[in-house]
Amino acid sequence: MTKDDVAEVIKTHGTERTNLLPVLQDVAATHRFLTEEDLVRVARAFKISAAEVYSVASFYSLLETQPRGRFVIRVCRTISCSMSGKGNILTKLKEILGIDLGETTPDKRFSLLETNCMGWCAEGPSMLINDTVYSHLTPEKVVEIIKEYRER
Amino acid sequence: MSQDAEKSTAKLSKVEKKLNLLKKRAHLIFRNIDCVKLFNRILKKTPDEILATITESGLRGRGGAGFPTGMKWKAALEAPGAVKYVICNADEGEPGTFKDRVILERQPDKIIVGMATCAYVTKATEGYIYMRGEYNFMSKEIKACCEKWNDLFEKKDFPFRVSLRLGSGAYICGEETALIESMSGNRGEPRLRPPFPVSEGFNDMPTVVNNVETLAYVTMIMDDGLDFFKSVAKDDSMGGKVFSVSGDAAIKGVFELPLGMTVQEFVDIFGDGDTKAVQVGGFSGLCVPRKHFATTIIGYRGVQTGGSMILYNSTRSMYLVLKNYLEFFQEESCGQCAPCRIGCQQLLLGIEAMRQGTRPLSHIDKLRELVNVMGVASKCKLGMSLANPFNSITEHFFEEICSKW
Ligand SMILES: Cc1cc2nc3c(=O)[nH]c(=O)nc-3n(C[C@H](O)[C@H](O)[C@H](O)COP(=O)(O)O)c2cc1C
Ligand code: SF4
Ligand code: FES
Repeated sequence: MTKDDVAEVIKTHGTERTNLLPVLQDVAATHRFLTEEDLVRVARAFKISAAEVYSVASFYSLLETQPRGRFVIRVCRTISCSMSGKGNILTKLKEILGIDLGETTPDKRFSLLETNCMGWCAEGPSMLINDTVYSHLTPEKVVEIIKEYRER
Repeated sequence: MSQDAEKSTAKLSKVEKKLNLLKKRAHLIFRNIDCVKLFNRILKKTPDEILATITESGLRGRGGAGFPTGMKWKAALEAPGAVKYVICNADEGEPGTFKDRVILERQPDKIIVGMATCAYVTKATEGYIYMRGEYNFMSKEIKACCEKWNDLFEKKDFPFRVSLRLGSGAYICGEETALIESMSGNRGEPRLRPPFPVSEGFNDMPTVVNNVETLAYVTMIMDDGLDFFKSVAKDDSMGGKVFSVSGDAAIKGVFELPLGMTVQEFVDIFGDGDTKAVQVGGFSGLCVPRKHFATTIIGYRGVQTGGSMILYNSTRSMYLVLKNYLEFFQEESCGQCAPCRIGCQQLLLGIEAMRQGTRPLSHIDKLRELVNVMGVASKCKLGMSLANPFNSITEHFFEEICSKW
């Protein structure tokens, strides 16, 4: 985010400490992660140390502090999804994206991560791409979904 | 139709009949009502009358801990404080739980009326719905619902405003004091209790934290549901409960059913005919083996549950199940206190080592000792309740934990 964009987000929420999380969430929403500059800008506005902002941000798995692609894929690894075939989904994703868990494609389009139960256990295997949920996944369905994201 | 197919449809319809009967016995949360009319009726009663009704209903928290809702509200009412808060806990992170999501999607008005009822009783003026970040896809609808009610509250001069806050992917923030820390702009690390949120919560002021489902039940009790709610009782487990069913189940999804069933009754309906264990109450609950199905009651008198029911059939290795649990806890422990931070890691390493044969089977005694120490020395219930799944699985499925299967 540019300096002005961050300033804008901070302006809409205010700089009371209770607004720190909403500010970080909105700043992270554009690039899917928080840059060092973002953290420093937020820290200055809230008049707290950058280390403290980092300590808060790094606590939350959805607030990434390292570079991620435009589309962050999070595959549920918890038991119900795991039993309904999460393994095949992950294998398929690795194959078609050509990356391993935790990695980002060279074109910076996709990052592949695992996540814990996200509340779609009866419809597993499930995954999130940014904020969108995909459930009842099959390897074929995954191919279709990724194809569609490649065109965006 | 072949004979076999005929038989299986006959069996299915029998199960369905049973399920429908059960669903009818406890059908409140998903019943559609006119919430605005109801709210007007609520305001005609006195806060004392309402508190008495909620207390009489026997309603207990549906988030897992089962604390009597009437008592919680009374404590918040009596606690001194310049401002008071109501927080709806919509962080729903317990593995195998998704019922709050469905209630939020289908009955958001009931949640807000429940919060307003609590505010009316406790004199709280601000309300927050703290919803897990993974449910961001419904933020727009929930926000619009908040605005709609805020307008109505303003028109009626009812001094209460409600707004939405999002979590960002941390299971521990479902724990009420961690939730409050998170809302305060901090790391979501639980506080020592006491003091409880009812006396020192958000901004150190009296705060009621209630689960989504608890608040929806409040609304239905206010909608002349008191008698019905009490009539669903079996023993001291009053009212229905919304269950999330997943795993090796013939029927999966969200079902409102009466509390007080045995696990056997549950398995008869939801099982796939080969159920060997049921995890009642999510990963921090108990793993009930087949031989205890008939004698284990689901409810406050038996096994308490936030509603997560995960079924395992005989093709599942309980080693992999336990390993999956421990990996979850190791990741989700907030890391603030040593017994839980180190304990979660060591339990995982321990069962892996026993499995690989680098530790003798007697190592289990050490691991049990460790998990029991975590039960007394951890700061919050995450570390404390790990003994539930760990001991129940290793006790009943020890061969599976160590064998190469
Ligand atoms: C580790 C942990 C996670 C929890 N997660 C949730 C949750 O996701 N939703 C919830 O309502 N309660 C959760 N709780 C229970 C809350 O601390 C609290 O008891 C509950 O929100 C109170 O509401 P109730 O009385 O209406 O159940 C959790 C507790 C612990 C220890
Ligand atoms: S028990 Fe675990 S989750 Fe709870 S405060 Fe300690 S480290 Fe954090
Ligand atoms: S186990 Fe995957 S969403 Fe719950």
